[in-house]
Amino acid sequence: MTRREKGMNASGIINLSRRDFLKAGAGLTLGVAAPSLAQMAGPGQGGRSVAAAGTFEPNAFVRIGTDNTVTVIVKHLEMGQGTYTGLPTLVAEELDADWSQIRVEGAPADASRYNNLFLGAMQGTGGSTALANSYEQMRKAGAAARAMLLAAAAERWNVAPDSITIARGAVVHLPSNRKTTFGQLAASAAKQPVPQDVKLKDPKDFALIGRRMTRTDTRAKSNGTAIYTQDVKLPGMLTALVAHPPRFGGKQKSFDAAKAKAVKGVVDVVAIPQGVAVLATDFWSAKKGRDALVVEWEESGAFKLGSAEIMAEYKSLAATPGLPARKEGDLPGAFARAAKTLEAAYEFPYLAHACMEPMNCVVKLSADTCEIWNGEQFQSIDQPEVAAVLGMKPEQVKLNMLFAGGSFGRRANPHADYLVEAVQIAKAIDGRAPVKLVWTREDDMRAGHYRPMYYHALKAGLDAQGNVIAWQHRIVGQSILAGTAFEGMMVKDGIDATSVEGAANLPYAVPNLGVELHSPKMGVPVQWWRSVGSTHTAFSTETFLDELALAIGKDPYQFRRALLAKSPRHKTVLEMAATEADWSTPLVSARVGDRRGRGIAVHESFNTVVAQVAEVTVRRDGSWRVDRVMCAVDCGLAVNPDVIRAQMESGIAYGLTAAMHGAITLKEGVVEQSNFHDYVPLRMNEMPRIGVYIARSSEKPTGVGEPATPVIAPAVANALFAATGKPIRSLPIRIQV
Amino acid sequence: MTTLNVNGKGVSVDADPDTPLLWVLRDHLGMTGTKYGCGMALCGACTVHVNGQPARSCSTPLGAAAGKRITTIEGIGQTKEGRVLQEAWVANDVPQCGYCQSGQIMSAAALLAKVKRPTDAEIESAMSGNVCRCGTYNRIGLAVRQASRNLK
Repeated sequence: MTRREKGMNASGIINLSRRDFLKAGAGLTLGVAAPSLAQMAGPGQGGRSVAAAGTFEPNAFVRIGTDNTVTVIVKHLEMGQGTYTGLPTLVAEELDADWSQIRVEGAPADASRYNNLFLGAMQGTGGSTALANSYEQMRKAGAAARAMLLAAAAERWNVAPDSITIARGAVVHLPSNRKTTFGQLAASAAKQPVPQDVKLKDPKDFALIGRRMTRTDTRAKSNGTAIYTQDVKLPGMLTALVAHPPRFGGKQKSFDAAKAKAVKGVVDVVAIPQGVAVLATDFWSAKKGRDALVVEWEESGAFKLGSAEIMAEYKSLAATPGLPARKEGDLPGAFARAAKTLEAAYEFPYLAHACMEPMNCVVKLSADTCEIWNGEQFQSIDQPEVAAVLGMKPEQVKLNMLFAGGSFGRRANPHADYLVEAVQIAKAIDGRAPVKLVWTREDDMRAGHYRPMYYHALKAGLDAQGNVIAWQHRIVGQSILAGTAFEGMMVKDGIDATSVEGAANLPYAVPNLGVELHSPKMGVPVQWWRSVGSTHTAFSTETFLDELALAIGKDPYQFRRALLAKSPRHKTVLEMAATEADWSTPLVSARVGDRRGRGIAVHESFNTVVAQVAEVTVRRDGSWRVDRVMCAVDCGLAVNPDVIRAQMESGIAYGLTAAMHGAITLKEGVVEQSNFHDYVPLRMNEMPRIGVYIARSSEKPTGVGEPATPVIAPAVANALFAATGKPIRSLPIRIQV
Repeated sequence: MTTLNVNGKGVSVDADPDTPLLWVLRDHLGMTGTKYGCGMALCGACTVHVNGQPARSCSTPLGAAAGKRITTIEGIGQTKEGRVLQEAWVANDVPQCGYCQSGQIMSAAALLAKVKRPTDAEIESAMSGNVCRCGTYNRIGLAVRQASRNLK
């Protein structure tokens, strides 16, 4: 173990607000401490320095202990994307700290200090914004702390501040050969005035930004000590499983708890608005209790359509004009004079997020507070939603943000669904015991809040020279934002911006263009899913483009390049991916009868542009695999190239899972899938080799958590199209031999 | 009471024999490194070793584990395979959300204990029972190969 890695061997996931740790005496944690807190705070972790006298806390994001640790308070959820590494890197850079000093704490719910600067007054994580919105904020926090340390050192040594240097955590006055540490300066730095304005480094002087800093959470996640919601255990805590109605919109009519209560370990059975909860001393007892529970469901208001009926309705809607999301030029005129017209329709299923850690939530109620532990992603929604259940004020709801075992959008539920369910259970037992709500994999799979089903109808007109002169794109699918707190902000003139993103901002130069939307209502709860609208718009636009290229005998790569003259970022990454893939060199088949194909796609989401080239092999029996993916990304300045690479790999795997296997289907309103045998995840044997190429940029960093996801399905479909000559127009991909 | 040997220590557990080993470890013994992912032996997040063999603890009843040697993520660092694997995991920054990684490491450790220098095909075959929704598979492959090279 190198020195640098030392001290990074456990995760600091402690959530103490400033007020809390001021109240806590030395050596104390919280009045209501999760016993696991001790576990969470490993050797030298934040918990200790918090209570120590002389702690220096210049702002809401940095705390320097007398033990020389630098604790960075991260306002965003760590769900795998690397924010517990990226944000501390920004602080450490401007502070000139040594990476081994850095500890990380999740911020408490307090939107006045920890709001997402891209979401206005809201605190929450999503939209690939964590690093982008924090870029200057966290650097300023580090720079302010540095200025105060410098002032403290100047005062102590009675020298001019500009004669002192700070590098890798060492504070040095060279002329007098004196040296000290952040820890030794902490107490006096705390007495320095907080600078109102700080100067940030010139990027050419960056020592940490742009380099691979090791993740702060790797060791804890490699030895079983990282604490997730599933691992929280409070004294006297009960585990709750809930029997949910089999159809969306169903309710419990009556239940017989006798057999459930007879199960050893079962403590209580209570009705809640979401169903019937079985509370037990442990998971397995709760599970056996729930299996034994008899519930009669009231289904008069339940949703009873199947996927086929929903799609049929969408298809008939697509035959009629929708609301305009974008209108350029004279579309009917252009179609009238087109030499050639092409049409294609696309079908997309519901998709579950299927995080490795199914949804869960720990709640502890007292007379005037509700304390919650979970993979907390959406503080500004969760606080008021929970408070409303209890008749409390939002600030009485305390949210502890733990590591999340994946989210992909799921934990930012606009209705705080699983938190509210957990709180309803705690309320139903009058807060007699802390409650851990656990969803089984089956519960999680069938709980709704899916990526919506969509139907797309595309039509393009080409002139005699093969120029695209007309483009009509009709999208049909449920609005994600309808009925949420975001409706007023992001639904304008009936257009849900998340339904048409990626289509309404088509990067290709087409003079006459129309994008239309139908947003039918269905009783299936829907939600954003990693890369949101782009999950479907990137697929239909990028595969349709390959059909157009084929129709006029153009190379799909060169066809795109010519249309992207006014989209330089798209063009750059497209060229990078094509170059890395040796686009012009034909692929060679390893076996006789194998067909190989190469496909390209480019798409912008969350201000990041990604291009991918996928190479596939199709065997004689119709089985196929993705051999290799070359992925180029322009995400502005690359803060941590290795985390960017990891997110590109991750987005590709996530998008490829959906492209190859993903579908939640309904039959008479009942979700047909339940676990990983019928909602199939990508496994190691299906994972392609991936090369990631990061475009050089000095622009501000943009997000990387989502933008690789939407590009892989069209790249793969285009590769299969190239290999087989048959276009792919519905997901998941089913190819005909 | 059922007696178990977990990570070299004898422990007694008061749970029904049909209770899956996963929940015995997590709820009765407070060892939360082993994760619940699917409950049907489909995802591998709950992988432990029973007498040195990888086993899905969510589908291994307590009764079937009694008297056998059980190794979990909390104890695997004491073995030479576990140690090199954990170092390789850190060196390659394998985990993202991290929830599946205990199981990944346990599967990899069982492989390396059996085959010191596995081929890529052997790695793929041994690891394909473990699901990672973050898609860390390529790094897992890298880390297993690196650990294999570092195994004396």
